[in-house]
Parts: sequence; structure tokens; C-alpha cells
Amino acid sequence: MSHTCLALLQAADPNLPPVSGMAFYLFTILKMIVIFTIYMVGIAMLTLAERKISAWIQDRHGPNRVGKGWLQPAADGLKNFMKEETMPGGVNKPLFVLAPILSFIPALTAWCVIPFGAPIPTRWGRIDLVVADLPVGFLFILALTSLGVYGIVLAGWSSNNKYALLGGLRSSAQMISYEISMGMSTIPVLLLAGNVSLNTIINQQVWGGWNVINLTVAFFIFMVAAFAETNRLPFDLPEAESELIAGYHTEYSAMKFSLFFIAEYGGMVTASALMATLFFGGWDVPFTARDNIGPYSGWLSLLSIGIMLAKMLFFIFLFMWVRWTLPRFRYDQLMSLGWKFMLPLVLVYIVLIAAVMLGLSAAGKRPGLMYASILGSINIALVIILFVIFDRGRLISPAYGRMDQREIDRLRRIDRRRILAAEAGR
Amino acid sequence: MEPHYALFYVFHFYLFGVIALASAIAFVTRKSPVAAALWLVNTMFSLAALYVMLDAQFIGVMQVLVYAGAIMVVFLFVVMLLNLGDPSELADARGKGWKFAAGLVGLGLLSEIMVILRTRLPQQLIVPRDFNEQQLQKLNAVGTIAAPLFKDYLLAFELTSVLLLVAIAGAVVLARGRPEDAR
Repeated sequence: MSHTCLALLQAADPNLPPVSGMAFYLFTILKMIVIFTIYMVGIAMLTLAERKISAWIQDRHGPNRVGKGWLQPAADGLKNFMKEETMPGGVNKPLFVLAPILSFIPALTAWCVIPFGAPIPTRWGRIDLVVADLPVGFLFILALTSLGVYGIVLAGWSSNNKYALLGGLRSSAQMISYEISMGMSTIPVLLLAGNVSLNTIINQQVWGGWNVINLTVAFFIFMVAAFAETNRLPFDLPEAESELIAGYHTEYSAMKFSLFFIAEYGGMVTASALMATLFFGGWDVPFTARDNIGPYSGWLSLLSIGIMLAKMLFFIFLFMWVRWTLPRFRYDQLMSLGWKFMLPLVLVYIVLIAAVMLGLSAAGKRPGLMYASILGSINIALVIILFVIFDRGRLISPAYGRMDQREIDRLRRIDRRRILAAEAGR
Repeated sequence: MEPHYALFYVFHFYLFGVIALASAIAFVTRKSPVAAALWLVNTMFSLAALYVMLDAQFIGVMQVLVYAGAIMVVFLFVVMLLNLGDPSELADARGKGWKFAAGLVGLGLLSEIMVILRTRLPQQLIVPRDFNEQQLQKLNAVGTIAAPLFKDYLLAFELTSVLLLVAIAGAVVLARGRPEDAR
């Protein structure tokens, strides 16, 4: 056993062929089981992380009773299994049961095309750390995430509850609107990589620099759209509890409710993995090319998995951080942000990046340091234009109300007068 | 071709074919519009699986992304918003005569398919067995579709987009109603 382990971790021939035949099926099943287990346990731990981080941001303790808080996910899971499955009157039974399943499966299935580490060499051949390396990798994820809306819409419709229906309708409108920006924002990434397979995109970033530098604006649009697609604050209108009780899952209890919860966290994990892969170099170990061209080794694969995990955890933390930082959008703000701002912006951006790439290739520039720095400086200029000039008082500020300097001065004068009046009264 | 590969292939071809046909039948026979829409989604999934089996991964993914992920979602959205009333009043083929005519058209199409199945394919349509794999190697999944679409058939492609634009403009005009109604 220890011999096999050592053999697994030793450096191997870079031209090792991928595993084939029976070993391929066995390793694929093994990868599926491992990913499913880690995914489910990870999501359980994320519920704890969400509550702990919320508590930390709000300066309180958070869950600290069941096993000092660490066993809280297990207790929650047990509770959800033991609870009564309610079936309200007038529901459409088949669809009511189908809806949680339909929202859970796409979130889980998306993981089968995300590469999460450098290949592992074994005596049977090279094992690529991705369950299915489809030639259409990224489009497969887009297709699956576009299906997540079915679960929510059907839950809202079949519940026979007006709040649930409103939540479902909101969610379908929201997800369709932001799906377009999300898909469009990745077109510059695909243009740079020249392919839609996620491993090609990672490889391109190894030699051409992280896409967050090359395509900063695309990253911002993708991130905002990802928040909307996963129904997280500030875009959690489908379940806005102050308006809709709990939105589309109002009528659900026990494990069916839990499946919606798992699907939401699963969507978050997938979005984090996508942001890390498309814009932050994925599993690539920085400043070394050994993990990309070999000789591969088990240790290097472990390190690359750790790097991928660290990047994903950062984005998951970002999701939770934003939840307690930004208030919920109003519905008209959500729609105008999606259709009137992000869609035109991303269309202009695609044309611009395509023109720059055409110009660079006409000038004979190859992807590399020079190429990346030209793209990067264009993006920095765009970001400055976007966030400093265009945005002032138009998009971000409605969250706190538009105020110019005169208004602030007037308010200050009122305050001063009040103080004076109070003093005079005394 | 190894025998076990062929069996694997044939099994999945019939599996998805049967699912597609059964869902399509369920789609036309269901009374509830929501259930019918969902069966149609199921048909599209099976078709996507068949496309993938033909090595047309890009078309398979687009089938799911565009039809199941966007168009049918909008469809469901509209069905849920509108109160469509009694299903029997919505049916297109109401009388006996209409149903008979529909059956005749169906039989006609079936016999057409039978005739086509028995004819020989024209030589231009027959490609070598590993043609798809070669194309995937050379142009990757998207390029295989994009290169002919934007080089050989550019005019047809652009004309199609104009056709879609006309349809959108027509829908907007119809939705706004006649000026007399507004007054």
C-alpha cells in the first residue's frame, strides 16, 4: 500500500498517455464519488461558514452550542431528515416534488466539467483531474446553469401560494436577464483562449497572464451576473423575506426545503469555481510551468488542488461578505441594471476587445508580457472611466440616495440650527 | 468498430430515441400547458443527447442552452402569467374533420420518411467515418460550426438574422395594437 502511495507521488514522464479502457471507467467513477462527497460535506460546512461569517460581521458569536458550533451542520441535517414533509392543499403534487430535485441537479452536474487540479501520474496512465473533459466544457456549464431556473419557477407555480408564485416569476425574469450578460461577459475570455474548453482557458492564462488583468471589465460584469444568477444578496429578490415571506420555497419543509438550500450553495460554489477558472488562472501553480507540461507528480497535483480551493474559498467569502454589505435592489433597479447598463456595456466591450486583439495580431504581437500589459492598461483605463466618471450619482449611489454637495451642506445647516435651537431653549 | 462499443451506442440511441418520442407524445396529449411545456423540455434534452452521440457537441449544448434554458423558460413564464382558461377551448384541432385531416398529414409525413429511408444518400452528403473527430481536432467544437457558417453560408446566415428581426418587429407592432384601439 505504501509502495503504491509513493509511486503515486513520484514525478512521472510528461508524455504519459491518459488512462484508457477499464481503468478509465473505474477512475471516472472514483472521481465522481470523491467530488460528490467533498461537495456535499463542503456545502454543509459552508452553511456553518455563512452563519459564522455573518456573526463575525455583525459582532456576535454565531452557532456555538452543538460541539462548540462545529457539529451544527450535522444537527441541521439530522433535523431536516426528521421533520415532517408538509404537502399544502391545492398543490400540483408531481411538480411540487420535482421542483427541488430540478434545482439541485444542475448545480451539482456543472461540476463534472470544471478542472480542479494538475494531472496525476499513475502506473495506468495520466489521470486528468476533471470528471469529463468535454470539448464544449464552458458552454455545458452555461447550459446547465440556465436550467436551474426551472426548479425555482416550478416551485413557485406548483405551491398554490401567491408569494411563492411572485418569487418564481421574479426569479425567471431575473435569471433570463442576467444570463445574457453572464454569457456575453465570457466571450472576451473565449476570444483570448480561442476555445471553449476550460483547460484551454487555464492554459492560456498560464502563458498570457490572468484574465482578471487582461479583461477586468468582463470580470466585473461576470461577478455581478453570478451574484444575480445564484440569487444572493443584493439580488435575492426571488426570496425577499420582507416582501414575499420566503419567496418560491415558502411552502416547502424538511428535506425538500433543504434541497433548495443545497442548490443555492451549490450554485455559489460553482460560480466561485468559474470565477477562479475563467479569470484567476484556475488550479495553475503560479510561477512554474511544471504543473502544465510535466513531469507531473502527485505532490504538485495536491498543491494545485489547494490553490484552486483557496481561490474558491476567497470568492465564497466574497459572496458572504457582500451579503452583509449591500442592501437588496429594488425590482426596477435590478432590471435597469441588467438590461440598460450591463448588456450595452458588455456588447461594446466585446467589440472593443475584439478590435484590440485584431490590431495586436496585425501588429505582429504574440500573447505574452507585452500583449497582456497592453490589454491590461486598456482595461485599467476602462475601469477608471466606468467607475469614476460614468457611475457617479447614477448606479451605485441609488443604494444610499443621490446627494450633491449643496444638499449635504443644507442638511448640515439644519443640524446646526437644531443644536442652536436646543441650546437656546435650554 | 468493437462490438461492445456498438452495443453501448445502439442502446443509448434507442434509449434517448424512445424518451424523445414518448415525451413528444405526452407533450401533445397533456391538457395542462405547464405539464406540456415540461414534456417538450424533456424531448429537447433527449434530442440534445442524440446530437452529442453524433459528435455534434456544440449543437447539443446549444439545444439545451437556447431551447430548454431560454425559450421554454420564457414560455413557462407567459403560461403562468396568463390565465388560459379551459384547455378544451384552446385546442387547435377542435372538430372531427380537423382531427382526421391532422391524422392524414401525419401519415403523409411518415410515408415520406419511409421513402427517404429507402433511397440512397447523395455522394456529397457521405463523409468518412472519422470526419467529425478530424474536424474537432482541427477546428475545436465551436469552429466546426462557425467556420462554414461564417464563410460558406454567410449570406444565408445574415438573411436568417434579418428574418428574425422582422419577426421581432412584427411582434412589437402586434403587441402595441392598432392606433384606433388606443383612442
